[in-house]
Amino acid sequence: MSTFVTAIRSFLLLEVLKGLGLTLKYFFKPKVTLNYPYEKGYLSPRFRGEHALRRYPNGEERCIACKLCEAICPAQAITIESEPRSDGSRRTTRYDIDMTKCIYCGFCQEACPVDAIVEGPNFEFAAETREELYYDKEKLLSNGDRWEGEIARNLAADARFR
Amino acid sequence: MITLTIDGIEVEVEEGASVLQACEAAGKEVPRFCYHERLSIAGNCRMCLVEMERSPKPVASCAMPAGNGMVIKTDTPMVKKAREGVMEFMLINHPLDCPICDQGGECDLQDQAMGYGMADSRYQEPKRTVENKEMGPLISTIMTRCIHCTRCVRFATEVAGVPELGAIGRGETMEITTYLEKALASELSGNVVDLCPVGALTSRPYAFQARSWELSHTSSIDVMDALGSHIRVDSRGNQVMRVLPRNNDDVNEEWISDKTRHAIDGLRTPRIDRPYLRNAKGRLEEASWDEAFTAIKKAIGKAKPDEIASIAGDLCDAEAMFALSQLMDKIGSPHKDCRQDGSVVGQQGEGSYLFNSSIAGIDDADVIFLIGANPRHEAAVMNARIRQNYFNRDVKIFRLGAEVDLTYPVTELGDDARLLEKLVDKGGPVVTALKRAKRPMIILGQAALRRKDSMGLLDLVGQLAKQVDLVKKDWNGFNVLHTAAARVAGLMLNFLPGKGGKPTMEIVAGLEKGNIKVLYNLGADEVDLSQRADKSFVIYQGSHGDRGASQADVVLPGAAWSEKDGIYVNTEGRVQYASRVTFPPGDAREDWAIIRALSAAIGQTLGYDDLSSLRQTMTAAVPTLAVTDQPQSAKLGKIGRRQAITASPMGHAIGAGSGVSFYMTCPISRASVTMAECVKAFELNDKAEAAE
Repeated sequence: MSTFVTAIRSFLLLEVLKGLGLTLKYFFKPKVTLNYPYEKGYLSPRFRGEHALRRYPNGEERCIACKLCEAICPAQAITIESEPRSDGSRRTTRYDIDMTKCIYCGFCQEACPVDAIVEGPNFEFAAETREELYYDKEKLLSNGDRWEGEIARNLAADARFR
Repeated sequence: MITLTIDGIEVEVEEGASVLQACEAAGKEVPRFCYHERLSIAGNCRMCLVEMERSPKPVASCAMPAGNGMVIKTDTPMVKKAREGVMEFMLINHPLDCPICDQGGECDLQDQAMGYGMADSRYQEPKRTVENKEMGPLISTIMTRCIHCTRCVRFATEVAGVPELGAIGRGETMEITTYLEKALASELSGNVVDLCPVGALTSRPYAFQARSWELSHTSSIDVMDALGSHIRVDSRGNQVMRVLPRNNDDVNEEWISDKTRHAIDGLRTPRIDRPYLRNAKGRLEEASWDEAFTAIKKAIGKAKPDEIASIAGDLCDAEAMFALSQLMDKIGSPHKDCRQDGSVVGQQGEGSYLFNSSIAGIDDADVIFLIGANPRHEAAVMNARIRQNYFNRDVKIFRLGAEVDLTYPVTELGDDARLLEKLVDKGGPVVTALKRAKRPMIILGQAALRRKDSMGLLDLVGQLAKQVDLVKKDWNGFNVLHTAAARVAGLMLNFLPGKGGKPTMEIVAGLEKGNIKVLYNLGADEVDLSQRADKSFVIYQGSHGDRGASQADVVLPGAAWSEKDGIYVNTEGRVQYASRVTFPPGDAREDWAIIRALSAAIGQTLGYDDLSSLRQTMTAAVPTLAVTDQPQSAKLGKIGRRQAITASPMGHAIGAGSGVSFYMTCPISRASVTMAECVKAFELNDKAEAAE
């Protein structure tokens, strides 16, 4: 009996029809794919993208060269050099992140006592050469200036959980 | 001996020990801020509280003398609660600025708050702030961080001997201050930075430069004076970031001088990083090693062996001097000298140039007679030891030489060299005191040894030594205080004029007259060759573009002291190994390697290809160099020879009035910006004040 049924099923290509039916079902369902880069998906406020160095509202850079991010970085992607600024405050003279080494773990922003280094929502920073991914202080600060609005919003959204 | 029980462990400690020391002997850690082994006990931080049986309250273990049969507990809930309470009070007025504090990462308060404090703060009220105090170019102050342990005050008063630090006010208004907003006028002031358990006093030249966790540590030996202080050199990448003292009871205890600590920025500039050759226009021009060696070969080839001379400088390692000495022997030149200042000691046996009593021996001496020595500036750390002995044991100290404040009272005899003659002939209170003393000490400074009549002075000291029985069965009280780190090694290696050889001053004169044609100058920057004959040829090998390089025809780039493994012998004959911290810049090489390469180029090849075989050859030739880390002494033979003493001031080698600043004694310290600031702050200001 069962041999007979199996033979009939194989003969009628029922599995193929079933599969085509499923395809047909999804043909009429709403699409889940996005038309990237014209459409973009939802990002969590905790999303860890491209790094940025933030400033205070008065324009003063936040980073105080405590080097905790450098110390915690598991990939040793951060290099900092510091010295007293002319007003005597502790500032970096060099703040480099090697984005090719970075593993985007977010420890740097966890370690930062002044919320200076953050991983912002930007993930579209692919480059054609490695050199473009060696970020220096200037690049990171300009990132901060560009993304400050969204970074501040994300930090505020996540503040309850920190 | 006292027996007491600590956490159930029975320990024995010496009479007079504190409970804290007993706890340490039992292997129990007791947190502390104000207590320090080498300072007096203050008992004001209260962090070392422990529980004592039959005492209703916890006791401060640092200030409680250990007693027989005491039962101490360090791990009870009562102790834990007491420590948490003390820590909470400590943190009430301590700012939470660890991220911008230079002490962060190596801070006692940070560590102990983690270990013994509570997790949270209950303090909601405003914290106090304190105005920062001016403490000169070496120490930066953030007094809000101060927890009033008074270690700095006790150090300045007890060890450095400059009671210019103090605490004013009581309770919450208490402040540590220099009273007059003046820099701490001490050669040991940098040590308060090490002593400060928090970040209130930090090193100004090192401010914000690096974190403790990114530095690699290398144990080494200091070369800024002849004490050979034990130091730890911290470096990051190929840069020396700072120098800290290592503990060594026999040499530097736990202190180092400001020059040792802060002259390191002179290691960066102005460095010789490639060979130079003087061109036809008389200017030094960059050259290759081959060109430089060819020029040297030509010059040496033209001169007779008797017309070639060599002088070794004050920072040379023993290996370089040994290699150069052997090269000179091979060439056949007898004119070599390691005493660029014209000192006369060295050829009358080891006993005549060592600090025979040893530095630790100062702790046993009962009368000290300084002749032409200014230990405060010539060996700052040793001066602190003499001072401690003066106050702890009432040592009598006499001095012949220019008057200078040694931070302890000294009987000044005057500044005339002929006084020594009078003493030997007619006696005096000094001679009587030395005669009565069980362990008398005579310390001869370099100022007494580089005069024209120094041989006569040495002869007089020899007579005096016989009169007062200076050298006994178990005590040798004849001491020479050197100021150059390389000197004793050079003397041991016999880097001295051979048969018919000329000493430094005659070599220089020979260069001027023309009977010396070639000089190999190994890092000697204090000799003045500006008057030398035009036809003479000077080879300078060294690390810094100082006087020596500017007067040379060929400049060979050598490694600085921190860039090579080298043997240094301190003034007491202690053979010590300095280690390489960083690599030499550019084309610069280790000194012995340059000499070895040159020896092959001029066809007098030396028989070693690496440092260890060189050391083997060297210790075979000079067995005393094989005895490491031990002070040496030798019998005092006949010293000096009869010579008329001229009536002239004795003076001293380094310090006010000598023409040489404590902060600038070698190419490295002369190149240091920090040292220049110190000269400005301490010495020029003093002069200006004196002028007023």
